[in-house]
Amino acid sequence: MKAADFRYERPASVADALALLGDEDRDAAPLAGGQSLMPMMNFRLAQPGTLVDLSALDELRGIKRDGEVLRIGAMTRYVELVRSDLVAECVPLLALALPHIAHAAVRNRGTIGGSVALADPAAEMPALLLALDAEITVQSPTGTKTHAATDFFLGMYDTALEEGELVTEIAIPVAAETDRFSFYELARRHGDYAMAGVAVARRDGSHRIAFFSISDRALRATGAEAVLDAGGGVQEAVAALSELPFAGDLNAGEATKQHLSGVVLTRALEAL
Amino acid sequence: MSGPRTIFDKPNSYIGKPVDRPDAKRLLQGRGKFVDDIQLPRMVHAAFVRSPVAHGKVLSIDLDEAREMPGVIALYTGADLAEHVEPYVGVLSHLAGLRSAPQMPLAVDAVRWTGEPVVMVVATSRALAEDAAAMIYVDIEELPAATDMERALEPDAPVIHADLGNNLAWDRTVEAGDPDAAFARDDVTVVERTFRFGRHTGVTLETRASVVEYDPSEDLLTCHYSGQAPHMMQFIFAKHLGLPEENVRVISNDVGGSFGIKIHTYGDEIATAAAAKLLGRPVKFVADRLESFLTDIHARDHVVHGRIAVTGEGRIAALAFDDVTGIGPYSMYPRTSAIEANQILNLTGAPYDFDNYRANAKVVFQNKNLMCQYRAVGHPIAMAVADGLLEEAAHQIGMDVVEIRRRNLIRDDAYPCTSATGMKLDDLSHHKTLDTLIETMGYDARRAEQAELRAQGVHRGIGLVSMIEVTNPSPMFYGIGGAPIASQDGSTIRLDAGGALHVSSSVTEQGQGTNTILAQIAAGVFGVDMARVKVTTGDTKTTPYGGGTWASRGAGIGGEATLQAAHALKEQVLAVAGVILQAKPEDLDIQDGHVTDTDGTQRITLSDLARTVYYRGNELPSDLTPELVATRHYRVTDFPFVFTNAAMAAEVELDIDTGFVKVLNFWAVEDCGRVINPKLVDGQIRGGVVQGIGGAFYEECIYSEDGQFENATMADYLVPMAFEMPDITIAHVETPTKTSVLGAKGAGEAGTGGAPAALMNAVNDALRPLGAQIHQMPMTPERILKALGTV
Amino acid sequence: MSDTANISVTVNGETTAAAVPVRQNLVDFLRNTLGLTGSHVGCEHGVCGACTLEVDGAMVRGCLMLAVQADGAQITTVEGYGDRAEALRAAFVEHNALQCGYCTPGMMASALEYVEAGGQADRAAIREHLSGNYCRCTGYQSIVDAVCDVIEGESA
Repeated sequence: MKAADFRYERPASVADALALLGDEDRDAAPLAGGQSLMPMMNFRLAQPGTLVDLSALDELRGIKRDGEVLRIGAMTRYVELVRSDLVAECVPLLALALPHIAHAAVRNRGTIGGSVALADPAAEMPALLLALDAEITVQSPTGTKTHAATDFFLGMYDTALEEGELVTEIAIPVAAETDRFSFYELARRHGDYAMAGVAVARRDGSHRIAFFSISDRALRATGAEAVLDAGGGVQEAVAALSELPFAGDLNAGEATKQHLSGVVLTRALEAL
Repeated sequence: MSGPRTIFDKPNSYIGKPVDRPDAKRLLQGRGKFVDDIQLPRMVHAAFVRSPVAHGKVLSIDLDEAREMPGVIALYTGADLAEHVEPYVGVLSHLAGLRSAPQMPLAVDAVRWTGEPVVMVVATSRALAEDAAAMIYVDIEELPAATDMERALEPDAPVIHADLGNNLAWDRTVEAGDPDAAFARDDVTVVERTFRFGRHTGVTLETRASVVEYDPSEDLLTCHYSGQAPHMMQFIFAKHLGLPEENVRVISNDVGGSFGIKIHTYGDEIATAAAAKLLGRPVKFVADRLESFLTDIHARDHVVHGRIAVTGEGRIAALAFDDVTGIGPYSMYPRTSAIEANQILNLTGAPYDFDNYRANAKVVFQNKNLMCQYRAVGHPIAMAVADGLLEEAAHQIGMDVVEIRRRNLIRDDAYPCTSATGMKLDDLSHHKTLDTLIETMGYDARRAEQAELRAQGVHRGIGLVSMIEVTNPSPMFYGIGGAPIASQDGSTIRLDAGGALHVSSSVTEQGQGTNTILAQIAAGVFGVDMARVKVTTGDTKTTPYGGGTWASRGAGIGGEATLQAAHALKEQVLAVAGVILQAKPEDLDIQDGHVTDTDGTQRITLSDLARTVYYRGNELPSDLTPELVATRHYRVTDFPFVFTNAAMAAEVELDIDTGFVKVLNFWAVEDCGRVINPKLVDGQIRGGVVQGIGGAFYEECIYSEDGQFENATMADYLVPMAFEMPDITIAHVETPTKTSVLGAKGAGEAGTGGAPAALMNAVNDALRPLGAQIHQMPMTPERILKALGTV
Repeated sequence: MSDTANISVTVNGETTAAAVPVRQNLVDFLRNTLGLTGSHVGCEHGVCGACTLEVDGAMVRGCLMLAVQADGAQITTVEGYGDRAEALRAAFVEHNALQCGYCTPGMMASALEYVEAGGQADRAAIREHLSGNYCRCTGYQSIVDAVCDVIEGESA
């Protein structure tokens, strides 16, 4: 199980990285933390012509508060988020969820930007960003764009990221004291991808509910959000989940996904 | 039976003591020597093109592009190797009627399971071999596949081997008494259930691995092989590669887990040896994890329709079942794939005293990976069926599950006796182990707590199992059927000039601590400090001939051979000492590395004695020819197997909203006869229980209808990890077997064999008040939700 | 053929320069090129934890990092823990916290990280931390016992 051969580049600047990624002859792929891409390469499911290692791009690392927004560089590793007082203070939902994401050795390498760009439907991060109303900044050789998380995750491993673009930053609104967050997932083993999971945020009486591992992508449950915003109860919110496009996997068929979505939402709301 | 009776309480006796494993330090500093650690000059690497479909006809193979790839040394197709390898068929004569088809290391005209090796690539690195493999185009005409074992015998099912006419490999019925009459009685309650057991595999952390070197100057094949049965593999390599047996050497040093996975004939491994012979240079093949999932033998995969009849007093009136099992497209060579079903016929209900029994097993071919012997062969199924039916019957007649066992378990003073299933039993202690279990777990208090919590909406369940385990097999297991699998083992012990012992044994070490217990036995029986004992195992060139370590036989058989050899060597040494010391040998002893008087007074060090013999023979009488080495062999003679027994219990908590089950507690009371090293035995039980938890809740090889293995990664095939596992409480009852002086039975498989039954019973105990039941393993959250009617 | 790159790494205190195939992962480099076979390969897709080792003070999966990415790094493998792991090794022996020994180097790496980070002798927390390391033999309990013992021994 050895990766197919490739050319390896470790650019020193985002501009250089974008130039490499934009070179059509190279069939290049960016390498962030490698905790998802490397397994795919070892299975030869991914065979990039050039691997563009982003690990030297210090400009993409770091966590800083910018007014009412927390800015996290795309190459910031999970372990840095886990250890960050700023994250704990400004984005408590992330702090709640991080211990459930994989295992320590993987968090030591894996990056937030890598997870966002991959858009694994079973991963926690896309759903967290949906619930947090985050913005995702991407750069291309021609400039910088910012996507609302809601517009970014389009399908299974599919995002608004275009060919040659790079996720550079994730911006998350800083939580107010009155904001409430909750996270609940059902994983058969600790650190596994969940059978179903949900992140919930409540701000000024307005709810954002985002599920993962129940469909082909992380999904907001806008119907359930509306129910809760209107003062409806948990049961009514759970009933409103039936509109979601559930998709089964090896661990759970569609009906089970739907049922478990109701369970995780109920439990998350109880803890809110 | 012969030998000293005092070896268990001598000054140097280590038997029964929790001594540390001497080889642990080496492994903790990264100084193990596993097969993939070996690098030899001119060594090349193998990779395989494998069938992407479950059933198909090989139309053509295009090797042209691959031949031109960098680093490629050789390419072999099935037809190429067929000229050099004698085919093999996995049947044994004592399993009357068992059929299979000849197998070749690589598929020749047809492919019959996804992952079957088709073309071998040998290149200067594994990466380059994989590069070349990717350039090979195998044109396969896909054929309809028979994947569902329950439909594989239907008239319209695709026939996997045309010569055999249908997909039935073996059919056996065991019958005792008059089960029909017993089921028809009007004073019995009959419980009928269908049990389903998913396919598992061993997931040894070190995958299958071999490095084979061939020296044409001496026609010598040396195989560094991660395996459990070196002498068996020596025979297989010799026979099928056309070499004299003495020209094949198999070395199994550190083995990174085995569990029955590494005692079989795998095509890719035979191909590796053939390539080494053809190329005259070392070839390494280390299965990657994907290859491991696709081709390491699988196990279980049974559907059992079972029924039990019990009287109002809770006595078993009859037990009957029909088992269907799918074994893949061939019976595995040389142990065959009928053994698991055979064990189920032999063991189901065997702890209990009843007369009327009928059991049928149908072993069928299917287009999935081969199935064969994996830890606790057949036991999880046999125990889950019998004890699952029994606990349900207890519930139906309103009797406690402990009480119904007490009324049916064979009495501890009833041995020797024969079970309804035909097994000769002796030295078992079902009642004592059950009593110890009940006391250890605080059964009554737990039941009370369970009832209290249930009233609060907490769904706990308690389930038990009473079991027997096959250990220390005699020649009746394999040898009688013609398999090249030794039932006996040998141990050679040598006293060296420095006064240390060298033990060389034919049993093998895969982490159980075999080498440690052999050292304990040799040191204690002979009379030296354990630190002065060095042990060699796993080398056909330097150890006596024997079977290796599987079927929980290492301690009981290899240990007894070592005991006998140590005793013999002691007698030989004392004979020499008697001459040197002008004393009668019977007045002398060996303690702490000295020849002593029987009261312990030291007379001469072993080193002095040995140096006299080895260096200064001039000091000895001319007619004295000292032998400071002794060899003994041992096999079980009076019984086909030396059975052990155990009683286990699980306590689980069920989340009825999610179908998740948490194992809160697990208790195991094991009677493996003489416990040689409690620390090692407990390790075996705990590790075994956790594998049982894996089978009960997590592990399953999931195939699509067309025979694709859908979860062949470690992210998707769920093995037990630390977080979900409980602490396991262990207690022992010791009823030594009378078949040996040592008295040790096996301990390696009980946990895996018994835990699933206890866990399934516990889950059903939690489900029963909700009107639900589950009899399918693994008991996944989704299956439990379905059982509850939630989804 | 494989594209190569020159790297310089310090492994267990010894600095080595090497030309590595860029596709070679770190654990294969350590094992095959440097002969440090203590780190084991179990799955090559980052799940089993057998290849866990220390790079610049952090435990990582040796199969999910390229050797070329380790250029300039300080690497410590099971062969190089020295006195740091003495208490852990002794506790592993005492509790028989290994059987076949194949998971042991990775398990030691994870356990060492937990102990050195000041982890508590809390069985559930230890189990959680070790849950990225697969052991087929022991059932984990003896490993948890060993880690607890080391922590309790240090705080005693």
